[in-house]
Amino acid sequence: MALERSEVEKIAHLARLGLNESEIPRTTETLNNILGLIDQMQAVDTTAIEPLAHPLEATQRLRADVVTEENHRDAYQAIAPAVENGLYLVPKVIE
Amino acid sequence: MQWETVIGLEIHAQLSTQSKIFSASAIAFGAEPNTQASLIDLGMPGTLPVLNAEAVRMACKFGLAIDAHIAPQNVFARKNYFYPDLPKGYQTSQMDHPIVGKGFLDITLEDGSNKRIGITRAHLEEDAGKSLHEDFHGMSGIDLNRAGTPLLEIVSEPDIRSAKEAVAYVKAIHALVRYLGICDGNMAEGSLRCDCNVSVRPKGQAEFGTRAEIKNVNSFRFIEKAINHEVQRQIELIEDGGKVVQETRLYDPNKDQTRSMRSKEEANDYRYFPCPDLLPVVIEQSFLDQIRASLPELPVEKRARFQEQFGLSAYDANVLAASRELADYFEAVNGVCGDAKLAANWVMGELSSLLNKDNLEIEQSPVSAEQLGGMILRIKDNTISGKIAKMVFEALAAGEGTTADDVIEKKGLKQVTDSGAIESMLDEVLAANAEQVEQYRASDEAKRGKMFGFFVGQAMKASKGKANPGQVNQLLKNKLEG
Amino acid sequence: MHRLTLAEIARALAAKQFSAEELTRELLTRIERLDPQLNSFISVTAELALGQAKAADARRAAGETGALLGAPIGHKDLFCTKDVLTSCGSKILTGFKAPYDATVVEKLASAGAVTLGKLNMDEFAMGSANESSHYGPVHNPWDLTRVPGGSSGGSAAAIAARLLPAATGTDTGGSIRQPAALTNLTGIKPTYGRVSRWGMIAYASSLDQGGPLARSAEDCALMLQAMAGFDPKDSTSVEQPVDDYLTALNQPLNGLRIGLPREYFGSGLDARIGEKVLAVVEELKKLGATIKDISLPNMQHAIPAYYVIAPAEASSNLSRFDGVRFGYRCENPVNLEDLYKRSRGEGFGAEVKRRIMVGTYALSAGYYDAYYLKAQKIRRLIKNDFVSAFDEVDVILGPTTPNLAWKLGEKNHDPVAAYLEDIYTITANLAGIPGLSMPAGFVDGLPVGVQLLAPYFQEGRLLNVAHQYQQVTDWHTQAPAGF
Repeated sequence: MALERSEVEKIAHLARLGLNESEIPRTTETLNNILGLIDQMQAVDTTAIEPLAHPLEATQRLRADVVTEENHRDAYQAIAPAVENGLYLVPKVIE
Repeated sequence: MQWETVIGLEIHAQLSTQSKIFSASAIAFGAEPNTQASLIDLGMPGTLPVLNAEAVRMACKFGLAIDAHIAPQNVFARKNYFYPDLPKGYQTSQMDHPIVGKGFLDITLEDGSNKRIGITRAHLEEDAGKSLHEDFHGMSGIDLNRAGTPLLEIVSEPDIRSAKEAVAYVKAIHALVRYLGICDGNMAEGSLRCDCNVSVRPKGQAEFGTRAEIKNVNSFRFIEKAINHEVQRQIELIEDGGKVVQETRLYDPNKDQTRSMRSKEEANDYRYFPCPDLLPVVIEQSFLDQIRASLPELPVEKRARFQEQFGLSAYDANVLAASRELADYFEAVNGVCGDAKLAANWVMGELSSLLNKDNLEIEQSPVSAEQLGGMILRIKDNTISGKIAKMVFEALAAGEGTTADDVIEKKGLKQVTDSGAIESMLDEVLAANAEQVEQYRASDEAKRGKMFGFFVGQAMKASKGKANPGQVNQLLKNKLEG
Repeated sequence: MHRLTLAEIARALAAKQFSAEELTRELLTRIERLDPQLNSFISVTAELALGQAKAADARRAAGETGALLGAPIGHKDLFCTKDVLTSCGSKILTGFKAPYDATVVEKLASAGAVTLGKLNMDEFAMGSANESSHYGPVHNPWDLTRVPGGSSGGSAAAIAARLLPAATGTDTGGSIRQPAALTNLTGIKPTYGRVSRWGMIAYASSLDQGGPLARSAEDCALMLQAMAGFDPKDSTSVEQPVDDYLTALNQPLNGLRIGLPREYFGSGLDARIGEKVLAVVEELKKLGATIKDISLPNMQHAIPAYYVIAPAEASSNLSRFDGVRFGYRCENPVNLEDLYKRSRGEGFGAEVKRRIMVGTYALSAGYYDAYYLKAQKIRRLIKNDFVSAFDEVDVILGPTTPNLAWKLGEKNHDPVAAYLEDIYTITANLAGIPGLSMPAGFVDGLPVGVQLLAPYFQEGRLLNVAHQYQQVTDWHTQAPAGF
């Protein structure tokens, strides 16, 4: 199935990717080529096959509930684009 | 038209672990912004989560307490959306395989009747940070201290039919998580938060109406007000020919109204998928058996025992079992005085109003259970009357004595039970009110009742409350009738 | 000095033929002189390197020994290195001086390795040509007009050009093995979970695995010995002791059962590469191996499944690059959405955006079962193929790549054509088994690689086969002209 331009715009929005007007036709075309490749999967019979999320099928190890982290705020915020009073700044959040 | 309200609740309980769900940062409330945000909590590139064992144990504890199915495996999934308080751009949560499956909780309503509320599921997830909207040159400030705090999201079935039931359910969950020691229940600090899914339908209709979700209602009182307001809004909307739209709303306690949250409107495609940085969590039966063996007596069980063992009413049992601390206090008082009904009356009456007045928790009570129990003993052995007991209680609360006996002794409050002394005191009272005595004797049976009270009052006043009321009654009757 | 392998360097340092500092200075000079032709480094960490070299010399003087003590290496620029730019080859990590060291970086540093710099790569490890880097393409030292392969193309080019004896890489769909093949190196992707992913910036979490590239199997063994091991910080890291890879090298190959999957030799393979691979087989027979034809019937479905799973995981992994806490932020965002869209739109390159969009689509409402779940089922089929095959054979052998190194820019216009280059390598990532590529000769002066695959945790076996082969051949010692 081929993606329409509007679907490409919707995906880009979901992924918060700004696309230039000029990029959209080319992006739509390449995405459709890739989806064409992917759609070859549909021919495979996977009846009764369990999905495999992790190659080793291991199980989760648990961590003891102990606080070992210390405050490194200054070091961590030294690489931030915008901070003030220990807070990360972003354009106003509207709820 | 008659409308029926349908409510389902999603309660987020912050688990009282030491560290976060996926990192070793502290979760203390009120720390300086971003000082409890580690590399993992900040979503730094290359960092990875490791699950906190205690969060898993606490979730299982809850599951067992609501008789829920706990699957041998549960799986973490990513809920993808962009928001500045969500540093990784996804929330690690659970979707298809939650840790706690279907269970239920029995709640007691105001009339003392019980109702069973189904719990669809409870799952583990990480809390988000906070956006602070004070004006930073038109910007918002982001504090990620809270990001990664372990949450248990408890989802109820749409079994709740009124705002009052909703409050009773939240109170029951609140009591339960505190009994279990898995959440401090501090709603003001956001340790327990509630999202209310509210819809209305014509009475008798089987299908549900369209629901609106009221986000983050953070007190029992606001839950009731927000739901009542939302129900009213929906009914008015429908009766005016409008339609309820499925949306997220925010309750504003200052204006007592709900409003649509624009920011959440389009966040509808979360692209859940199993988190590839975490593996399936296995819950062994032996682990559950161990937890089950260590479960404390739960509110429901305690309630039943209070009724059965002590003969308390359903209402009293429910109030006293609402928190483990209150129940323990009551049982300690009873242990000293051996009279559960008196103990219950004093705990729910004088003690509760004292605590309410000073805004104290039961653990901070100025009157200890031993003191109160000791005082009740003195009521029972007729050392003091109920009325004098209130004075003793106040004195104990004010720290004017170490024990009831001490206060009674110091203040000379011991009840007078010597019949001779009472009789001579009564003679004086009757002599001082000769006119009323005449009237009394001239009246018929019906009128006498009221007038008798007057003489008792005068007598108690004359004895400064210390005369044994039973004896006063008996002797007075003899004198007036005789 | 620059021609020495890690093993040779270890012996020379132990014999005090030169100091780690002298070696480091020599290589730093060489990088300065030669790398402009290659663009294999994103950052040269001269100061850090000299400090580490001096410390290594001091440790040796104090009596310490160790194969990597004073050994110069480089890191693919997605391993976080404290206070050093860690760019992932992306504009979006502009200014990202990582606030911590990756476990792999820490382990190699404590073994005494000297970090000369951070190596160029395809942006976020998405590519097979190293052309998608924000820091420009890397050139193949065997032919500067050709690609070195990717995504660990900077690591490969630097080692092949003798700027470094060894480096770290990562392999999500072939990103260690394919560039090793195209530049005449040995590279190993270990079993998933063998090397910690802590501090390794994720592309696709369930497929990513770190490993070494070097000029011999022996050097790979030295590197992997230091890199591998359980890490409590990575939930997917495996709690299992690390084998002694150096001892494993010397086992004879008598009775080794090698499987040749017929699907690896079909149409699409450059016949000249096929011939070189069969020549390797002949050589291994002489060493005592037996050969068996086998089948991996689901191999053809690996590419579609991979291009669902990897982009899906990437679309989520890359959401944290949002211009808020680190990295690139667009100029004067007018609101939150603008901040996200422009920071990400301007910060990510075309291929990364493409894969994020494919992954976003594959996970979005209504398509999850048809794409992601289907791909995971195919993933199990592929794993099952290997499990059955390894009942009959000890290792599987085939070409690493279907084609020789191609011209820069040649496959830029067609992402799908580029994806097909991964055909032989991605199955190992989907199944999580270890894979190794080693030099197998040259066609038209360009290197050819042969790939070996083994069951879980049999890295020692792969290194053993490659080492034994390298004892009787000298393809791996060939250096490109001018380097």
